Amino acid sequence: MARRELPEINAGSMADIAFLLLIFFLVTTTMDVDTGISRKLPEKQQDQDVPPPKLKEKNVFVVTVNRNNDIMIEGERFIQIDQLREEAIKFIDNGGGLGNPIDDAPAAECDWCEGTKDPASSDHPNKAIISLESNRGTNYGTYISVNNELVGAYTDLRNRLSKKLYNVSYTELLKQSKNDMQNESLKEKIKNIKGKYPQIISEQEPYK
Amino acid sequence: MSKFRKKKKGMPGISTASLPDIVFMLLFFFMVTTVMRETDLKIKQTLPFATEVKKLERKSLVSYIYVGKSKVEGQGGDKIQLNDRISRVDDIKYFIFAERESHPEEEIPLLTTSIKADINSSVGTISDIKEELRNVNALKINYSTRKGDVSKNMK
Repeated sequence: MARRELPEINAGSMADIAFLLLIFFLVTTTMDVDTGISRKLPEKQQDQDVPPPKLKEKNVFVVTVNRNNDIMIEGERFIQIDQLREEAIKFIDNGGGLGNPIDDAPAAECDWCEGTKDPASSDHPNKAIISLESNRGTNYGTYISVNNELVGAYTDLRNRLSKKLYNVSYTELLKQSKNDMQNESLKEKIKNIKGKYPQIISEQEPYK
Repeated sequence: MSKFRKKKKGMPGISTASLPDIVFMLLFFFMVTTVMRETDLKIKQTLPFATEVKKLERKSLVSYIYVGKSKVEGQGGDKIQLNDRISRVDDIKYFIFAERESHPEEEIPLLTTSIKADINSSVGTISDIKEELRNVNALKINYSTRKGDVSKNMK
């Protein structure tokens, strides 16, 4: 009988407590997702005496950014940032000659390229190297823009090739592969496309 | 008059008994979707824009280097912030070593360094950081950016 006398605990302040916790979490946490341009730095060369590989000048696409944030390509032409992607694509996709041999197969022409096959420009996507030179005083924003456009050029080309071969874009392939890690055929497709348009961007030490 | 009063008495009050449940629901939502703020920024920062961005997965594997102008007036030049304080370039290697220490060995090759640099910092600073990272063989980096058109970077 005495039990009945027990007063009920007042739950009215429960909401206040919960609000307090809520506000605490709102203040101390962040929701932002981190996105960015991923890069792999070249390994430090142990042996300084190794001679640099010989490259033909026509296979190197030089992009220079000076301290006034002007962009110059091939050491001769100033361009705007929105033209850079187009120029890079033109260079990579040129396919004017024989490429490096892939998997012991003899060196072959690039039969998936749609470029102009200009003999004065790059031979093959796997020989085409983009070299990025910047000044120490260059603005980081410009530097990121240039990087972004160069990566974008490769993405565009890969997307195009992937659409042609598999009817889905490369970005879509990557997305599918992320959701389905075990799928070997997807991985094979990605590898194939990556091999056909390897991303070769080399960065020079910034000059003063 | 008495009729009127009676009607007023009969109005039921809105029950607030479910209010805690609603607030708890919100609370759990925020607890699950957000992450703890790790560092207090000592520098002013606006990240640049880019379109070819990748999401950084597994935040526990990412360490951050912040670059920007100091919030304190009168201190010129780009500052590098590691954890909670402004540091010099030479400190980066110790920062990376400390970061490696706190991870199991098999995760070390997966560690990524995210460079969160202000849009107006200079490439020289970034290049010094990269050189330092190369020295300690921390080769996976990520330039942190916001999603947006690159033309917004040029101003």
